[in-house]
Amino acid sequence: MTGDLRDLYQEVIFDHYKRPRNCGALEDASHHAEGHNPLCGDHVTIYLKVDGDVVRDVRFEGAGCAIATASASLMTEALKGRKLADVEALFRGFHDMVTEAPGPAASHDLGKLEVLAGVREFPARVKCATLAWHTLKAALAKRQQPISTE
Amino acid sequence: MKMERDIPGLRADAFDAPARRGDFPILRERVNGHPLVYLDNAATTQKPQCVIDVLTGYYAGYNANVHRGVHTLSQRATDAYEAARGHVARFLNAASPAEIVYTRGTTDAINLVAQSFARPRLAAGDEILISAMEHHSNIVPWQLVCGQTGALLKVVPIDDAGEFVFEAYERLLGPRTKLVAVTHVSNALGSVTPIARIVATAHAANVPVLVDGAQAVSHLPVDVAGLDCDFYAFSGHKIFGPTGIGALYGKTAHLEAMPPYQGGGDMIRSVTFEKTEYNDLPYKFEAGTPNIAGAIGMGAAVEYVVAAGIDAISAHERELLAYATAQVRAIPGLRIIGTAKEKAGILSFTLDGVHAHDVGTILDHEGIAIRAGHHCAMPVMAQFGVAGTARASLALYNTREDVDALVAGLHRVQRMFR
Repeated sequence: MTGDLRDLYQEVIFDHYKRPRNCGALEDASHHAEGHNPLCGDHVTIYLKVDGDVVRDVRFEGAGCAIATASASLMTEALKGRKLADVEALFRGFHDMVTEAPGPAASHDLGKLEVLAGVREFPARVKCATLAWHTLKAALAKRQQPISTE
Repeated sequence: MKMERDIPGLRADAFDAPARRGDFPILRERVNGHPLVYLDNAATTQKPQCVIDVLTGYYAGYNANVHRGVHTLSQRATDAYEAARGHVARFLNAASPAEIVYTRGTTDAINLVAQSFARPRLAAGDEILISAMEHHSNIVPWQLVCGQTGALLKVVPIDDAGEFVFEAYERLLGPRTKLVAVTHVSNALGSVTPIARIVATAHAANVPVLVDGAQAVSHLPVDVAGLDCDFYAFSGHKIFGPTGIGALYGKTAHLEAMPPYQGGGDMIRSVTFEKTEYNDLPYKFEAGTPNIAGAIGMGAAVEYVVAAGIDAISAHERELLAYATAQVRAIPGLRIIGTAKEKAGILSFTLDGVHAHDVGTILDHEGIAIRAGHHCAMPVMAQFGVAGTARASLALYNTREDVDALVAGLHRVQRMFR
């Protein structure tokens, strides 16, 4: 590990860890899934309310480390109001940002999510940062498969 | 080949941890710009130069397969491999080297007993008794054999301090109990179980006992004859030896009565397509070309511990654990998980408002290696109502300076999360 600790633990991350946004169950969710990180035993549940092709609401539940919690919290903020079609690109962009060396390829505009870029210097923590995102994917996949017209 | 009995500078009557650090080359490494403070010994221990030399010596000087001794190197390899078995037998105070079966580790040893000893003896409704502080490797093999036979897994509870509840054990030990499988030292809590009483009580009811010794062997004297346990399992890498090698001690009468665990080379006396005769103990349980270097390395490792003096190591670690416990207790918001009266080598804790994983990352940045997570003991975590803990675990080479670095690191964690 060579990364600077402050690159990983930015103030925004502490803020979202201590005061997570959109935390708690979503009663009228259209999609939900549970995610689990067997390495540390952390669980997260992602709830989505999808209206047509737009993510109207998204919440998460679960306990985790600062990185996992802040990542889930930041993800919910980033998803609200997004078109489903954009979610996959956002997932890909986030995944690339935390797993690949910075370069022209990783030029997605991820906005506030970029505070998690420091994770790439801490390979042991990539799973913490991506837990919520993988769970999001599972939530969308479960609901979409039966109704898929493709 | 050179035996490791006489290690210069080692005396059993005086333990000098700072001096012993010199035996472990990795302790001179720097991690993230800091001297390594290695406090993850319950996960795996570091290796002394004498063990590294023995491994190199085997590969560089007499690498050959064992028990096929038509040529000189094979004979040398066999001699060293069997000498190591003798070291392990003496280390555990087994009656004979034939009672020491080489395995891949503790997990493999427990699975061997589950499948070869327990399975043929179990009928639907029979019971296997474990404790609530077992590592997953002393839970899952029994669940598998229960699934195969219809036997039931019963669990002796632990109390809020993490102590084995003996009265509950006596209650649960019933006419259907066919085996007791209990750890000697809890990997998540550090609790030392009253293993001699556990064995004696089981034997009074004619129930055999397997002891999971993975976390005990590097910290406490082990005397299988004195304990009278039926099986004792441990891993080489938890006692300064290589990974991928371990040992199962089993009483001769049990091992003789047990069918082989796996079939293959080395475990047979003669093979025809009609009938195979199995080899003598312990080879009956050692199918295939074994981890020869690993076994020789494990032999050297236990010899290192014998030379250092397990009683002296135990006393040193006990003092250091008491020091560490007092130091971390003074940290506000720190909760020690596992406060048994008898503990060995392990300090598990949580820090208010900080996840163990974050503790681990921040300490790692200071060169301090600890474990963060559930420690393969999820039932223990559930009992204490935590997803995981941070765990600092000691070995003979740890010093007060290591503990002080840990405490300073924990203060830094708290400053970051304030």
